[in-house]
Amino acid sequence: MKSKEVVKHYYLMLLPGYIWLFIFSIIPMFGIVIAFEDYNPIQGIFHSQWIGLDNFKFMFSLSDSRIILFNTIFISILKIAGNLITALIFALLLNELPFIKLKKWIQTVVYLPHFLSWVILAGILLDIFAYDGPINQILFSFGNKPILFFARPDLFPYLVVGSDVWKEFGYSAIIYLAALTGIDPSLYEASAIDGATRFQRLRYITIPGIKSTILLITVLSLGNVLNAGFDQIFNLYNPLVYSTGDIIDTWVYRTGLLSMQYGLATAVGLLKSVVGFILITLSYFLAYKFTDYRIF
Amino acid sequence: MKRENTTSSKVFDILNTIILTLIAIVCILPIWYTLCVSLSNKSAAAAGIVRLWPVGLNFNSYKEIMGDWKFFNSFWISIKRVVLGASLNFIVTVLMAYPLSKSPKEFPLRNLFMWLLIFCMLFNGGLVPWYQTVRSLGLIDNIWALVLGNSVPMFNVILVMNYFRNLPKEIEEAAEIDGASPWYILFKIYIPLSVPVLATVTLFSIVYHWNEFFNGLILMTRAEHYPLQTYIQQMVVVINTAGMSEEQIKELSKLSNRTLNAAKIFIAMIPILVIYPYLQRYFIHGITLGSLKE
Repeated sequence: MKSKEVVKHYYLMLLPGYIWLFIFSIIPMFGIVIAFEDYNPIQGIFHSQWIGLDNFKFMFSLSDSRIILFNTIFISILKIAGNLITALIFALLLNELPFIKLKKWIQTVVYLPHFLSWVILAGILLDIFAYDGPINQILFSFGNKPILFFARPDLFPYLVVGSDVWKEFGYSAIIYLAALTGIDPSLYEASAIDGATRFQRLRYITIPGIKSTILLITVLSLGNVLNAGFDQIFNLYNPLVYSTGDIIDTWVYRTGLLSMQYGLATAVGLLKSVVGFILITLSYFLAYKFTDYRIF
Repeated sequence: MKRENTTSSKVFDILNTIILTLIAIVCILPIWYTLCVSLSNKSAAAAGIVRLWPVGLNFNSYKEIMGDWKFFNSFWISIKRVVLGASLNFIVTVLMAYPLSKSPKEFPLRNLFMWLLIFCMLFNGGLVPWYQTVRSLGLIDNIWALVLGNSVPMFNVILVMNYFRNLPKEIEEAAEIDGASPWYILFKIYIPLSVPVLATVTLFSIVYHWNEFFNGLILMTRAEHYPLQTYIQQMVVVINTAGMSEEQIKELSKLSNRTLNAAKIFIAMIPILVIYPYLQRYFIHGITLGSLKE
């Protein structure tokens, strides 16, 4: 125990941060009563009519609900799987590359898209996949008809998943590359003496060596299954692809801030927050149990 | 590591090198393409014949942007936001991380504060209550809404806290015996010893504040208050296709000013490209050290 004097200074240090946290994180939590009200901004939180669970009932009666939930989970599961597999294969291939300088160059380049915003990347993608953009020109030169890519509901989820994997696989691979350098080199030396082939080394040393990292990343990413990527979809979608591309977050934005159905949007947002909270807590718990991982 | 010298192994090395080089090219190609479009002449870009080299190289679109008052206004707002946001994040992060890095034995309420932070990280009230809170604070159309809006950078606090915890305890004990105050220990001892993690979180803050567009969109009601990403989102990315047919969308895409849009997008990327070498030096360390304890 430090002296009282020192602890007093600790409180003083925490003060600005916790005031900030209180105003922008904790106060909004009380705003979730809007979910149980027929909220009207003029009357405010305290005087709007209390309607109990009506917003939730209405939400479940909407045909949109099921579609949005399906889209959200479908897109995010494909993203999780796509990122995991691509990053893993990339890390394993890079690990086998004998040229150190080239390795550094490749790493520098593949991490870059992670740091660019979806606004920027959507601007680029919409141009590349435009009706008269380069992708369609290439298709055309092979005798195909041009496709209006981002207006096609059947293609939209895959374009979203594909572009997300393109943006993130390099960055996701860092953790595997770090785990790969942690494997004891003497294991490889011993296997070389025993005459193991490269594939056998991969199969019996490398993969087992990073198994716990793979498990950890999988478990942790499952906590994010309700986050299908608002920034990305918001910048890429349009009304023509709502049927397959609209996710919980984009729906809440349109319903709550554009159509001003505050109560309904808050109810949906609240349900998402609660389920998301449970999923993340569960994934942290599983990660701790299986791999001894702790965030703090 | 010893390498095999069999033929199949060599073939694999060659194929592997080619595949990885192609992957790297695919990652950089869209950015290169954008630069090429921005430097091409308008009609070539509109006809969609620009590939991987500018057609009719010229700087007209950049000259045009030079005279675009709105673009630079938004650029300036983004710069202000990054400077204010990153400095504030830095100060609050170190001030929170230091007491939280103490054990509950040294700082009795440490775990309570820690759980409160974790709870705020994992649970939120959702978009509408948050928006109403910012509104009732009167921060709409105020740059402080962009700086403060997303609350404490909780992930950064945890990264720095974990780093502080791994510093040898003896240093602090020695300083305390010499009569150093907690402020002196934090600013003169802990901060100079933690440059890698502090550089990491500062770069994260800079990237976050530069890239964020959504708060700019909903908290700023007038275009002259938009940060650059929001400006680009509104001017370049959003095509209001509500109620349009496929035919109308096709027509619309022909009318868009490709070279100018590409130039705007490229300029908005430059700050990230400039700090990227520094970013790269630190972030690998940064994201792997977040999972460490003790």
